[in-house]
Amino acid sequence: MFGLKNTDLRLLLIVFVLTMAAPFILNPFPTESGLAQFNAGYPDLMQKFVIFGIFAIGFNILFGLTGYLSFGHAAFLGVGSYACVWMFKLLGYNVVPGILLSIVVSGLFALLIGVITLRRSGIYFSILTLAFAQMSFALAYSVLSNPKFNLTNGETGLQVYADDPQWFHSDRLPDLPHLFGLSMRATHKMQLGAWEFQFNAGYYMCAVIMLVCFYLAIRIFRSPFGLMLRAVKSNQQRMNYTGLNSRPYTLAAFVISGMYAGLAGGLLSAVDPLAGAERMQWTASGEVVLMTILGGAGTLIGPVLGAGLIKYFENIFSKINESVLHQWFGFLPDGLEDFVITLIYPFVGKGWHLTLGLIFMLVVIFLPGGLIEGGQRIGRALRGKKASDAGKSASTEPAE
Amino acid sequence: MDAIILQILNGLDKGSAYALIALGLTLIFGTLGVVNFAHGALFMIGAFCSVTLSKLLNLSFETVDPTQKDFLGNPLKVKTPYVQEWFGPEVGAAIIDWSVPLAILFAIPIMLAVGYVMERGLIKHFYKRPHADQILVTFGLAIVLQEIVKFYFGANPIQTPAPDALSGVATIGGSFGLNISYPVWRLVYIAFSGLLIFGAFAFLQFTTFGMVVRAGMADRETVQLLGIDIDRRFTIMFGIAAAIAGLAGVMYGPINAPNYHMGMDFLVLSFVVVVVGGMGSLPGAVLAGFLLGILEAFASTTWATTTIPGINQIIIYLVAIIVLLTRPRGLMGKKGVMED
Amino acid sequence: MTKPTLSRRGVLKTGAAAGVGLALPTYLSAASHAGFTNAPQGGTVTLGFNVPQSGPYADEGADELRAYQLAVEHLNGEGDGGMLQTFSSKVLEGNGILGKKVEYVTGDTQTKSDAARASAKSMIEKDGAVMITGGSSSGVAIAVQGLCQEAGVIFMAGLTHSNDTTGKDKKANGFRHFFNGYMSGAALAPVLAAQYGNDRKAYHLTADYTWGWTQQESIAAATEALGWQTVNNVLTPLAQTDFSSYIAPVLNSGADVLVLNHYGGNMVNSLTNAVQFGLREKIIDGKQFEIVVPLFSRLMARGAGENIKGILGSTNWHWSLQDEGTKAFVQSFGTKYGFPPSQAAHTCYVQTLLYADAVARAGSFNPCAVVEALEGFEFDGLGNGPTLYRAEDHQCFKDVLVVRGKENPTSEFDLLEVVEVTPRAQVEYAPDHPMFAGGNLGQCNPGA
Repeated sequence: MFGLKNTDLRLLLIVFVLTMAAPFILNPFPTESGLAQFNAGYPDLMQKFVIFGIFAIGFNILFGLTGYLSFGHAAFLGVGSYACVWMFKLLGYNVVPGILLSIVVSGLFALLIGVITLRRSGIYFSILTLAFAQMSFALAYSVLSNPKFNLTNGETGLQVYADDPQWFHSDRLPDLPHLFGLSMRATHKMQLGAWEFQFNAGYYMCAVIMLVCFYLAIRIFRSPFGLMLRAVKSNQQRMNYTGLNSRPYTLAAFVISGMYAGLAGGLLSAVDPLAGAERMQWTASGEVVLMTILGGAGTLIGPVLGAGLIKYFENIFSKINESVLHQWFGFLPDGLEDFVITLIYPFVGKGWHLTLGLIFMLVVIFLPGGLIEGGQRIGRALRGKKASDAGKSASTEPAE
Repeated sequence: MDAIILQILNGLDKGSAYALIALGLTLIFGTLGVVNFAHGALFMIGAFCSVTLSKLLNLSFETVDPTQKDFLGNPLKVKTPYVQEWFGPEVGAAIIDWSVPLAILFAIPIMLAVGYVMERGLIKHFYKRPHADQILVTFGLAIVLQEIVKFYFGANPIQTPAPDALSGVATIGGSFGLNISYPVWRLVYIAFSGLLIFGAFAFLQFTTFGMVVRAGMADRETVQLLGIDIDRRFTIMFGIAAAIAGLAGVMYGPINAPNYHMGMDFLVLSFVVVVVGGMGSLPGAVLAGFLLGILEAFASTTWATTTIPGINQIIIYLVAIIVLLTRPRGLMGKKGVMED
Repeated sequence: MTKPTLSRRGVLKTGAAAGVGLALPTYLSAASHAGFTNAPQGGTVTLGFNVPQSGPYADEGADELRAYQLAVEHLNGEGDGGMLQTFSSKVLEGNGILGKKVEYVTGDTQTKSDAARASAKSMIEKDGAVMITGGSSSGVAIAVQGLCQEAGVIFMAGLTHSNDTTGKDKKANGFRHFFNGYMSGAALAPVLAAQYGNDRKAYHLTADYTWGWTQQESIAAATEALGWQTVNNVLTPLAQTDFSSYIAPVLNSGADVLVLNHYGGNMVNSLTNAVQFGLREKIIDGKQFEIVVPLFSRLMARGAGENIKGILGSTNWHWSLQDEGTKAFVQSFGTKYGFPPSQAAHTCYVQTLLYADAVARAGSFNPCAVVEALEGFEFDGLGNGPTLYRAEDHQCFKDVLVVRGKENPTSEFDLLEVVEVTPRAQVEYAPDHPMFAGGNLGQCNPGA
């Protein structure tokens, strides 16, 4: 079905079920319980999961297949965000033109940068992409936001003002991003006993788009084009000696992954109409690299998992404060309670970066193939047998 | 003319920090083949060695002075550092005043140890792993080190002032008809960096140890076949690279107050410097460090920013792009290093 | 947040995997009944404290959080009550807000608009926060203020000094107690003229982003009105750590005053560098060279160490003030934490009290009722003298402090001395002042 092999189809179906049922899966704890802190099933975080999933899938098409490590992909995310908000400002809040334009603009931007940067490889390529992204960030943050020519609105972030033209806006339509009248913020809350589940329109739109992106990524991975990209990674020189010019293939991969990033940026603006320059900073570029490697570079689903993990930490662990800890451990005797809290406190709340850093290290040290490898090991241990070939074909070695 | 020389000095100053960090990065890369994203954190730890030392020297006992009140209206507790109690007020104050130069002595063993532990405990296991893994694990380490420092010292900058004798302004070039005043400590910093760089090169060039290390960088296997334990020497080189970064951090403290993320601020630029200099080339790293520092200083002048708005924010990246497109392996890079 | 029919259609349209049919009978959105977002249920009300916990402003964020915890204690009737004793409005009884116990959630803004909005959204969507407050930079304040307007909750800004927060980017659901760039200029300029004379040439170094620009504009306008010249204004990148190449040209520019429109780490470094280069010992045309830092904060002053001594600037509030409100607040904060509060802590504490008081006076948590109660509200006893929350732009008008770095500090907290308390009348401006033009409050939004 869909031109996919059985294993791939199964993977797609699993992802389909997971994304569609995410509001249930991510809210396993009753609303009033102490563990509700760990629930992630609210619209904003679910949207972030799938949007950064798209970003990471796209990054993986470049990095996982060709081995070219771009350190400037956040620039495309940022350009996509700006393009989408500009559509809101000019045309109105319908998300379709914004998302389409963000793909087109970031594709063109990627083409421009790709033509230049792909003349080098290895770390020289990484630094070139980094340089372009940092330049874009610096310009967006200050120069391009001067009052005479305000393209980005600088520190504050590009947003829609009441005096913007919005030619196709009418009073019947929501005053927030919408899909032909369906507001991206529209949320249906369902109470089931002690649980509350939230179904958000913006999330489901992003989820459907992510499924399409995921499907396209599978097709690319399995296509002759994908094979060619893998050849670039394993030995570009040999490929060149056989008379094949690899540049068009890598450029195509670069532009495709730039468009994925732009799409992710557009979606970020679509669910929340404000585009800030820090989306383009090198830390943001580094984040997607981390997501991909953490999940498992070169695998299909790994980057999505990596994206989920990082966003989960950023949003859930950072919110655990001292009083929450006291609630959890209130049942302990006073001295012990304080002791336990002193032990845990440095790792949560304002210390969430520390935990994240430790997790990076642990995963890379013990699971070189990322979370996917962890999953495979558990699977193998459960089945009690050695590595199967099916697992291997999905996880190729991450590139240099 | 004065203005130009001033900006050259500023550039040398900035360039010194870049060059020292880039030198360490290249040493580690050239010997162990490891991309060390935690190198900025080593710079930061160096600076915090001097913060720690000055805190230690300022360890105080409290005496209650009933004549003065604190902000809550309680009797004020007056703090007297132990060193002042032990060595008398004047000698004690002088020791505290000279805490940054003292911190150099304090930092060398600490940084060597930190480098050694880092290499043996973590980096060792990553020789054969892809560069992406090395980047991720050292980046993780950098975050962890940074957060630990933040946990103990807070996020705000902490001043580590230069000794009074070295904190004034020097007027130089009078005999050439110039009138340039420049902070003494910055001149000290430039001179110190020059010495450190010179020392590192001399060590590699003129000692047997350095010769073996250079031979190992050129052809590791052959050196090993000769029965030399090259790994141990490379580990020591890692310690030395860490010490160089640390000393750069100690000396940088009085120029700008250290804070926990100062390493990250330098990290990305240092990588650009390394690559512009050419991967694996020590002279390239130093040259590129000073070059980019000076260019950055000149791009910050009013003349430059009015000609091209924003040039001061992008100059380093712009230069990096131009260099890499015209010289494929940076200024002095070797063929085949990190190109696949 | 929107009409229930719409959201139900949305769910059907996108084909939620399971349980929609099953869900319909139990469908019950509490919010839609009360008529506004996150109407408090049961005996508690949740407030969202969104402060920087990582990044360069983490220490200020930590101090803000301490103030919020203190405010919550006092609202719930624990502790010594702090400023509740001195507040001119007496409707708060120490039994929570409208009898509901105050609970809170915290988040990390990371001093990035995106992260701050994500954190605020999680408080609104997941934790049911009915009010969001906090922040330590203007970009974040404006971004979160916009979000709260869209989501239909109240935003009580923390530390934000840009004119835009209550100017170009003002929102009906957002309120700012902190002062702004214009007020800094208006308060500082007369003191500068009195101390340094009317015939001065100023050189500005300005952080190259929105806050820096508005502050520079404000200070330049205010000083020029008193006869000063502005020789040059140089924009410095936000990420700059070493300012030597910007400081060096000052020496030969003929200027005799350097104005540093920097905050946080930028301010610490640029001031340190300026002192290093010996600017303060210079005599230009017979006049002593001076440095001015228009926006001071004690936490930052601490980072700048010795360099801050003798330097003039303005602040919103300082713990050494001697009015009853300040004394009560410093007493309870100092007793609890062992050191005096910062101005960021003060503004956050006051904002929480003001919100609670507005709810109590309005008798409802409905954002529109709160907005109505806060607009034009006159109060006293919160540390800044008689204060007005102006209805036109939701900006507080109160006295502004001009301070100077203390030459002989008696403790590590005693870094600033108050030079002058500039009366409110002197820092007032018309709502349509050109520096604040272009914005529109819009209508208050109660959300769902």
